[in-house]
Amino acid sequence: MIEVKHLTKWYGRVAAVNDISFHVDRGRIVGFLGPNGAGKSTTLKILTCYQPATSGSASIDGLDVLSQSMEVRKRVGYMPEAVPLYPEMRVRELLMFFAALRDIPRRRRSAAVDQAAERCWLSKPQDMMRRKVGELSRGYKQRVGLAEVLLHNPPVLVLDEPTIGLDPAQIRAMRDLIRELGQDHTIIFSSHILAEVEQVSQQLILIAGGRIVAGGTPAELRQRVVGPSRIIAEIRSAGDEADKSMIADLAAIDGVKEVVPDTDGQKEAGWLRLAIQGTSAADLRGDVFNLASSKGWQLRELRRQVGSLEDFFIQMTYQQSIKPAAMAAQA
Amino acid sequence: MKKCLVLANRELSTYFYSPMAYVIGAMFLAVTALIFFHGLGLLDIPPVFRPGEEASLRSLFEAMAYIMVFTAPLLTMRLMSEEFRSGTIEKMLTTPISDTQIVLGKFLGVMSFYAVLLATTLVFMGLVARYGQPDAGVAVMGYLGMLLLGAAFTAVGIFTSSITRYQILAALVGITILAVFTLLMGPLAVYAPSPVSEIAARAGAMTYFRDFAKGMLDTRGLVYFISGTVLFLFLSVKSLESRRWR
Repeated sequence: MIEVKHLTKWYGRVAAVNDISFHVDRGRIVGFLGPNGAGKSTTLKILTCYQPATSGSASIDGLDVLSQSMEVRKRVGYMPEAVPLYPEMRVRELLMFFAALRDIPRRRRSAAVDQAAERCWLSKPQDMMRRKVGELSRGYKQRVGLAEVLLHNPPVLVLDEPTIGLDPAQIRAMRDLIRELGQDHTIIFSSHILAEVEQVSQQLILIAGGRIVAGGTPAELRQRVVGPSRIIAEIRSAGDEADKSMIADLAAIDGVKEVVPDTDGQKEAGWLRLAIQGTSAADLRGDVFNLASSKGWQLRELRRQVGSLEDFFIQMTYQQSIKPAAMAAQA
Repeated sequence: MKKCLVLANRELSTYFYSPMAYVIGAMFLAVTALIFFHGLGLLDIPPVFRPGEEASLRSLFEAMAYIMVFTAPLLTMRLMSEEFRSGTIEKMLTTPISDTQIVLGKFLGVMSFYAVLLATTLVFMGLVARYGQPDAGVAVMGYLGMLLLGAAFTAVGIFTSSITRYQILAALVGITILAVFTLLMGPLAVYAPSPVSEIAARAGAMTYFRDFAKGMLDTRGLVYFISGTVLFLFLSVKSLESRRWR
């Protein structure tokens, strides 16, 4: 559905996007993730025909964004970052205006506006549609922007930072809406907050410093971060001597590399928190439990620690931001 | 064309929402009224009513033409620059409308508002008709001239609005360009040395407008104002296109 090949965009002497390629299948929800200034918005602007790329190509539904711009624009609904709207217009008037620009026939316009408003929870306070856009709160403005994008029911939705500036309840609502829209739209949306993207998207694209640093489903990316297994166990302490032998017993389990006191968790008197580092990714929880039960240890927590996508994200983007700096230092 | 009308309609209603347009409109009428009764010695415009003489519509039209130097850029200054400043241009340029349609839509919008403004000056016509015998031909040609001049002036205004995101800058540049073509060309045509004076005489907007104000229809005037309009609208489209590449 969306095909991006070797896309590069220079702003003056700065490469905002540097040779990126990716592919999105029809009906997918794609999270476009990266720190601020990574090139997310630039890529989306090129995809939506707002700006031409310096080199490379992008197509939507097989239509080139540069040479078949008008056709692409008909198939895409784009919500720019910061959701620019005409502040002096009333909500209904604004939506009707865009419906007219979108070639929705006059007799269907009103129904299309009502439907889009309903979907974005704009129909609730009765006078909502009569309010001036400039007087709306951030959350409502965002909803109007989204309703506008849905007016012509485009197969592809491009949303730039759709959750920025929303409160937690609104963020959840927006997430649910994106998930719901994903059933009959291809959606690409950007964010610099991983938690938002991870829960909704079926595909993640990590971008940093104008380059794609990783891509795949959230599960695939998580696989890459797992590494050797690490288990946290909390066992009732039985005096220093007994604790030492306990640690030695645990360390003797097949596949355990080392056992150290866990420093991350909260310490509580009478309890021993241990971090058990494995040599491979194999799950050691069963073995630890069997040992504890055979020895009669009181075990109150046994947990496998999985490397978070967050760590991976920070690690990947950090590497990228270091690289260009190092290159600049050389030059 | 349908989309141009949709855009024009939005611009027109925006004018009626904003206090700015009323202030500009009121200013236009007030200054016109002032010159109507007192004339303007600086620009050699006599008052419309003079004792013992026929009421002169020419004064009225010339006065309005000069006032348009300020009025047109003030009316057009936000048309494009506000879209750049607020970012709504990003929405405009990603909906299926061409850059030409955007510029034409805005032009039609401001021209509709201008037509309403011109219509209100019919009050002055009423006054002249009540107390004198105005020439119907002069009135018709005068208004035709005002429409043509207004089209060219607003086209210049739209262009200056399309080169900056600051409304004030758009207005100032617009007023400067129009002042050069109206106020400066007159003295240049008289006092400058030979080649410059001849060019100034042909380039000045008032040279052509005076024919209309006298009740004459000169094709040179038609060509001058229409080609000016087309040229500046074309430049506006190009300026808008170039935004994408920056």
